[in-house]
Amino acid sequence: MSNAVSALQDAVFKGSVTIKDAGLQGMITLRGDLSSDALAKAVKTATGTAIPETGCINSGKKGAAAWMSPDELLLLVDYAQAETIVAKLDKALAGTHMLASNVSDARAVFTIEGKGIRDVLAKGSPADMSAGTLGINTLRRTRLGQLPVAFWLGSETTATVICFRSVGEHVFNWLSTAAQKGSLPGHYT
Amino acid sequence: MSTRLQNGGRLIDRTKQIEFTWNGKRLQGFQGDTLASALLANNQMLVGRSFKYHRPRGIVAAGPEEPNALMGTGVDGHFEPNQRATTTELYQGLTSHSQNHWPSLEIDIGALNSKLPRFFPAGFYYKTFMYPRAAWKHVFEPIIRKSAGLGKAPTHKDEDTYEYFYAHVDIMIVGGGIAGLAAALTAGKSGASVLLMEQGVSFGGRAITDGVEIDGKPAATWVKATLAALKKMPNVQIRTRMMGAGVYDHGYALGYERLTDHLGPNQNGPRHRLWRIRTKRIVTATGAIERPLSFAGNDIPGVMLAGSLRDYIADYGVSAGDRTVVVTNNDDGYRTAIALHEAGLNVPCIIDPRGDLDGELPQKAIALGIRVENKSAIGKVKGGKRVESVTLCAQAGEGGTLEEIKCDAVAMSGGWSPVVHLWSHCGGKLNWDTDLAMFRPDPSRPPLGADGTGFVIATGTANGHLYSASVLKDAIAAGKQAAKDAGFKATGTVPKASDEKAAPIAAVWSMPQGATYDLKSKTFLDYQNDVKVSDVRLAAQEGFTSVEHAKRYTTLGMATDQGKLSNINGLAVLADSLNKEIPQVGTTTFRPPYHPISFGAIVGDARGELFKPIRKSPIHQWIDDNGGDWEPVADWRRPYCYKQQGETVEQAVTREILNTRENCGLLDASTLGKIIVKGPDAGKFMDMMYTNMMSTLKVGFCRYGLMCTENGFLSDDGVVARLSENTYLCHTTSGGSDRIHAWMEEWLQTEWWDWKVYTANVTEQYAQIAIVGPNARKVLEKLGGMDVSPEALPFMQFRDGKIGGIQARPFRISFSGELSYEIAVPASQGQAFWDMCMEAGAEFGMQPYGTECLHVMRAEKGFIMIGDETDGTVIPQDLGLNWAISKKKEDFLGKRAQQRSHMTDSKRWKLVGLKPVDPQAVIPDGAYATDGTTRPNGVKNMIGRVTSTYFSPTLNHAIAMGLVEHGPDRMGEVIDFPTIGGDIIKAEICDPVFLDKEGARQNV
Repeated sequence: MSNAVSALQDAVFKGSVTIKDAGLQGMITLRGDLSSDALAKAVKTATGTAIPETGCINSGKKGAAAWMSPDELLLLVDYAQAETIVAKLDKALAGTHMLASNVSDARAVFTIEGKGIRDVLAKGSPADMSAGTLGINTLRRTRLGQLPVAFWLGSETTATVICFRSVGEHVFNWLSTAAQKGSLPGHYT
Repeated sequence: MSTRLQNGGRLIDRTKQIEFTWNGKRLQGFQGDTLASALLANNQMLVGRSFKYHRPRGIVAAGPEEPNALMGTGVDGHFEPNQRATTTELYQGLTSHSQNHWPSLEIDIGALNSKLPRFFPAGFYYKTFMYPRAAWKHVFEPIIRKSAGLGKAPTHKDEDTYEYFYAHVDIMIVGGGIAGLAAALTAGKSGASVLLMEQGVSFGGRAITDGVEIDGKPAATWVKATLAALKKMPNVQIRTRMMGAGVYDHGYALGYERLTDHLGPNQNGPRHRLWRIRTKRIVTATGAIERPLSFAGNDIPGVMLAGSLRDYIADYGVSAGDRTVVVTNNDDGYRTAIALHEAGLNVPCIIDPRGDLDGELPQKAIALGIRVENKSAIGKVKGGKRVESVTLCAQAGEGGTLEEIKCDAVAMSGGWSPVVHLWSHCGGKLNWDTDLAMFRPDPSRPPLGADGTGFVIATGTANGHLYSASVLKDAIAAGKQAAKDAGFKATGTVPKASDEKAAPIAAVWSMPQGATYDLKSKTFLDYQNDVKVSDVRLAAQEGFTSVEHAKRYTTLGMATDQGKLSNINGLAVLADSLNKEIPQVGTTTFRPPYHPISFGAIVGDARGELFKPIRKSPIHQWIDDNGGDWEPVADWRRPYCYKQQGETVEQAVTREILNTRENCGLLDASTLGKIIVKGPDAGKFMDMMYTNMMSTLKVGFCRYGLMCTENGFLSDDGVVARLSENTYLCHTTSGGSDRIHAWMEEWLQTEWWDWKVYTANVTEQYAQIAIVGPNARKVLEKLGGMDVSPEALPFMQFRDGKIGGIQARPFRISFSGELSYEIAVPASQGQAFWDMCMEAGAEFGMQPYGTECLHVMRAEKGFIMIGDETDGTVIPQDLGLNWAISKKKEDFLGKRAQQRSHMTDSKRWKLVGLKPVDPQAVIPDGAYATDGTTRPNGVKNMIGRVTSTYFSPTLNHAIAMGLVEHGPDRMGEVIDFPTIGGDIIKAEICDPVFLDKEGARQNV
């Protein structure tokens, strides 16, 4: 897999915040009964975390689990391990109604670092970005400008944005535009 | 003349001089000036020409209500027309010019129109340009277009940037006067999140200008202390240069923030920011706008609103004239007279139509020795480009001159109208207050939110409270109410303020009362659109009795100021003409935005490369670097062809087709939709979604399938692969991936919610690369890793494995009729795989090909294309695809619809091949076939149409497909396709499969 490349190939933009292509990130769509013990166990094995609460992301030693819908999780795992983990999930949940699919290459992932992350994201997302509503590790499925994205804050100065791979360049450019120096409204800082 | 005073001007900094140009003249102002105050300081009272009569126009107001002083500002990429001088802050190097005149502001040929007002009455356009009909297109419209519009359209691309910002707050407060501040302080103390916005740059509003005292101190002291307290509250945000632009349903509001307009061009960051705000309560503390009085010549430069004239003195240290006549129907106008007097300027007379003048302010004016004439009116203002004098007459009379008073400015006050725009945008209702002569918000009929409660609270002057004591009381109550409604508990004490005892206003809509027609036709209501009292009266006479009709007929209030000064006066005149009360006539509709906002702010960041998101495949950059000639396919870009050195598009396409048929071609098919369908009920689900039987497909096999809407029409097609016992992979068209995934989920979530089926859209997980042509297998064998022999991987099957070290899933499917493998690899390795194929294929004649080559090759094979052969009205049966429609299945989406009589009608146009008699004659796209007869309506009778048409280099012959009435029964018949030029192309109806019907080329 030495010839595998992420959509933006390590692009970086430094403005009022820093935008970075996060590189190759293992991602698995897991659909199933989120209340089942078997699924919880399988997720724990895969990522080291428990099933997240509605609208949240749990991070563990081996990865993270994000709540996408009442019957869907997005598991973040090591890129090289994604196929193997899908196979393990299939095996662990064999006989139950489930779907696990490697979607690592279907997405682009960006990290945003800096004090102004809420201000930057609020330029494009109609979601409430205030700390009371978008707490640390709340996963928000929303849009940024014209495109669907999901994001969460790992801390008050780091955010991760996921979008579809084909529009990764647009989202990166959008973020870079929103993060131009001197352009933050300072609503959240 | 207007000039800068020696002293005063609380908003300007006299130590900071600013140079600017206006109509090419270099002028000076001070930091803190608006363009309007700076122009007045330079004795520039004449600032523009009106729209219809090109009459000279001067500055009337000091705020956003200004109708006249519209300027073009900036140059080239920073040029913007129709900027209000009164809201344009002066900056070093500002370039500006006046509008709507030719050849110059001073000498304007269009002013001839004003000598001919008789020919431009209300409804002039409707009456004049009716006949002859042809003249509209060739004579009238071109001339009107030339003269229309006040400012010039920009000729350069806007160089500034703009953006949106989404904010969620508990309470939004619009207006930074004492009402807004008091409400914000009260709401802020409750702990609610508060966003306070002020359209200007300073707080306190009129209270400071007019010398109000709060808690025994000047208002400015209270404002300063309150601002300081607000700034300490982390839950309160304060924004200046931000206007509340509009209020919409569900507590949604727009704020328009001007970030760099006051600094000039080439600043960091966006010029404007459009705030899209969700809030629980909106408090509008937007103040009031003074009304003009309707007397003859009230549009002559030098006639200004009394309050604004006072603003120029107090805020900018600018006087409008040395001798100012004040005309007012209320006590507030006297403030201006007193302010002028205190500034050492002359007030020859205060003219007041009222009888008793026992209010404190009139008494003070009289005590100062200013001449006051009661029961009086201005007969007319004399002057051309500048006021020269006014005639004094009795208000009760017809305008007979009692005396002529020399002056160079007139300050008029017709009373104040609360700014109810934001209250009204979303349906808040108004009451007419007869005593105060104003429309004010009716608190019992506010705009209602989703929970049925009012979500806008008007307060202060905007709520009809004209005096500071009641303003503050109302504002504290509004702050408390907003906090309470938003779920917080607020307390607050009302600061003490005292006001002069005032005499009541007199509602004066015409001055003098019995003004003659001659005077009325010089009495302007709408300065920008030249609507006069006589025009509104004429409209009423001609039957335009509804205020909305009268508005449109006369264009009253339809200019860029949206009637901020003219609407109330106009509807009062209309009411009088109709002999009705004002509330019976009512107001026109208040619509957002309150004041014009820039197109840039509306567009936000969606311009240039961010205008439209474009989906890019993993091979996009390579294609771009290698001659790809892009065409849009849904949101993707795909190469139409790859142009080599010196080639035309046609030459490239021909080369690609011949090469692929003879050697080997490489196609980026990554854009095809890929949806996984999995679950115990997946087979059942697939049988419903597709017209074919999919549940019988064996694992490892592929099948071409059709999807229809519930109305039976063909919606999408593609190859289905069965990955495992309960897992299918559905390929969709490039444009269909999101739509079909949503379509599947809709059925699963709304109709078949109890079926155990999951779907996942994995379109972008894979790069899909088609290796096509007689040498395709040789290339794959060279790459190695998988057995791709006909035995190991037969036609219409797939296998998983590795090719060239990359995880791959080759599907043996063919859209070209050639030996073909479509290979799915991880998207991140798509480019690597593509490079390998190009390299390995070099010795076998490998060349990339684009979508046109793909199209021609599929047409040679008679394969349909969604969007070409289908248009939303075509069913699979029309296309001869009955073989793909299962007769065994009990049901599938579209089955019932396809049994309707119209769908089974034998006269439906059906798919056939079309072979032009002239082998070189390509039938134009979309051409219709005719049978030589004519329909009763005189139109040629059409019996079919072309759906795909190409020149086939393989066959060296033009080919086409089309839908023709009874087509399949008419093989060999020649039919006519008339072209736009009048020629007829004759084509023979034939089998749509032009090449290799038996499939020998692909089954190798």
